[in-house]
Amino acid sequence: MFTAKRLIRSFLIGVWFMILVFPIVGIKIIKRAPEFFYDRVFVIGIITFVLAMLWSWYFEVYKERGVSDGIFSKISQKCSALSEKVTHDKSTAMKLILVLFAAFMVLPLFTSMYQTTVYSLAFLYVMLALGLNIVVGIAGQLVLGYAAFYAVGAYTYGLFYQYFGLGFWVCLPIAGFITVIAGLLLAFPVLRLRGDYLAIVTLGFGEIVRLLLINWADFTGGNQGISNIPRPGFFGIELSPEGSTIYIYYLCLFAAIITIVIVARLINSRVGLALQALREDEIASEAMGIDLRKVKMAAFALGSCWAGFAGVLFAARNSYINPTSFTFMESAMILSMVVLGGMGSIVGVTLAALVLALMPEYLRAFSEYRMLIFGLLMVTMMIFRPQGIIPPAKRKYAPTALKNEENN
Amino acid sequence: MHSDKKPILEVKSLSKNFGGLRALNDVDMHILPKEIVALIGPNGAGKTTFFNCVTGIYVPTEGEVWAGREGEKLKKLNGVAPHDITRFGLARTFQNIRLFSTMTVLENVMVGRHTRTNAGILQAIFRGSHFKKEEQETVDRAYELLKEVGLEKHWKEEACNLPYGAQRRLEIARALATDPFLLFLDEPAAGMNPQETVELKELVLRLREQFNLSILLIEHDMGMVMSLSDRIYVMEYGSRIAYGTPEEIRHNPQVIRAYLGESEDA
Repeated sequence: MFTAKRLIRSFLIGVWFMILVFPIVGIKIIKRAPEFFYDRVFVIGIITFVLAMLWSWYFEVYKERGVSDGIFSKISQKCSALSEKVTHDKSTAMKLILVLFAAFMVLPLFTSMYQTTVYSLAFLYVMLALGLNIVVGIAGQLVLGYAAFYAVGAYTYGLFYQYFGLGFWVCLPIAGFITVIAGLLLAFPVLRLRGDYLAIVTLGFGEIVRLLLINWADFTGGNQGISNIPRPGFFGIELSPEGSTIYIYYLCLFAAIITIVIVARLINSRVGLALQALREDEIASEAMGIDLRKVKMAAFALGSCWAGFAGVLFAARNSYINPTSFTFMESAMILSMVVLGGMGSIVGVTLAALVLALMPEYLRAFSEYRMLIFGLLMVTMMIFRPQGIIPPAKRKYAPTALKNEENN
Repeated sequence: MHSDKKPILEVKSLSKNFGGLRALNDVDMHILPKEIVALIGPNGAGKTTFFNCVTGIYVPTEGEVWAGREGEKLKKLNGVAPHDITRFGLARTFQNIRLFSTMTVLENVMVGRHTRTNAGILQAIFRGSHFKKEEQETVDRAYELLKEVGLEKHWKEEACNLPYGAQRRLEIARALATDPFLLFLDEPAAGMNPQETVELKELVLRLREQFNLSILLIEHDMGMVMSLSDRIYVMEYGSRIAYGTPEEIRHNPQVIRAYLGESEDA
């Protein structure tokens, strides 16, 4: 374990980290004069040294024994076994779905109002992540400004309410329509772009929408946003605050379920195959008779409309919206849900969305370290399980010829 | 023309410039129904450029491309988008294999059915009887085509896990799924061993009969070209330098010079 090479290497890593964190941890301005705290920096250096030792030791040991023995790999294998079970064994999957569904159905009866709103938000993230999953996971178009569509949806409800007094149920389809238009507007100029360039343009699009919302204050309310957005009525009946919170919870739950069903159906269809082909190889898909322009437009439209619906629900849930809810952090968060869950996988992305949306609530004690934990999680995932928690299940087909053979 | 059949592909003085470089210069070609035509020439002669111009990936600078099914009127294909050309009935494979590598073998061929099916987004969501029927037909047809090229055992595997020769055959099956009347094969035997090359040759001959295909292939394996093709076109520096039957090409001094260098002239 203690070879000279490893000791030197780990020592250097420790020193490097000390230099790196020194300005943040080691200097504090007290009464306009910098004071230095070397002890903290040293502690960090020592911890990094130990971790670096363990890290390289781990890799050496398990290179000899075969990587499959490592702890991380074991966890990864457990994940694979789990995903096998969920995606291939139909009865287990059905049981699991039923249990989850029942649990979510009765949840608001047992939890506080606050918890209920947290869960509604988590369901909205499921919708968002699955919507982005169509664009990024299935069609392979890296979009970094997805929160913009979310904002378009939310503001559609907010503004239509403010200026025309339209209600939730009228605004829901309108918002879907308008976000699809926004998706197409973005898709049109980026048809010829791919990879990094596409990412940059979509990142820009996200910022443009956010800045527009901030700066067009006469129309959108600027940084103050829009407040007093009504919650949806229950067949014309005014609900009590508790009642409407629970009502919103169920709306979000069902919206998420509908999203899951529809996205699953889209993926397993002719259109879904074309989208996957687009992800794999644009030139080959063109040569196979796929109209790239149409398919890319379809990907953007199908992806963005979910963000529109989620946006309306979000505005109704909060009854208050402002541009700070739709920053790049939001897009990045949704993207990490897709990547962590497994690009293109519905089960994985749903799970990741729930976990990442609920994690901050249950790890409140560590809230200061939230981003640190998140970063660590991302790094370890990318090293040990780049395919995501639950990679997409291969779809099953049943060629008639094969069935006939089996029968004979 | 040695027969009274009408051509299904006519290329008239096709040229392509890339900036100042003339990659294709005045190339003529015609292909008759059920003919196997080979396009040969040294590396960089413009063979793949020719393919790309005809299949719509490049727009030719000058010249015309006309094509049409046997017995039908020819249609001008200049400037038509690649996916429309595929829909029209021209399919191709690629020199450097371009499969959808993380999709299964069956799914690869199913993608090829895209232009011949029409289920849209709404049908995918509601799954009516038309959708289900069409999908089952797509699956069955894809499986059949895999049988034709001998890959039915591998239908569940990911395309990238297939051995090299099998990947080439999968590309052919995928191209056939688009119901073409003219198939372009870009170096189908590249990287194959002699045994596989022989099998490929038999496959190509069988597919021609079965699907009533005309085939244009680019190939460097001279044994295969000579024994398979009805006619051969030879290109060098973007121009057509010779064409004729394999026997004529074998003895054409210009061709020998192009392949072996000037000193061979004597």
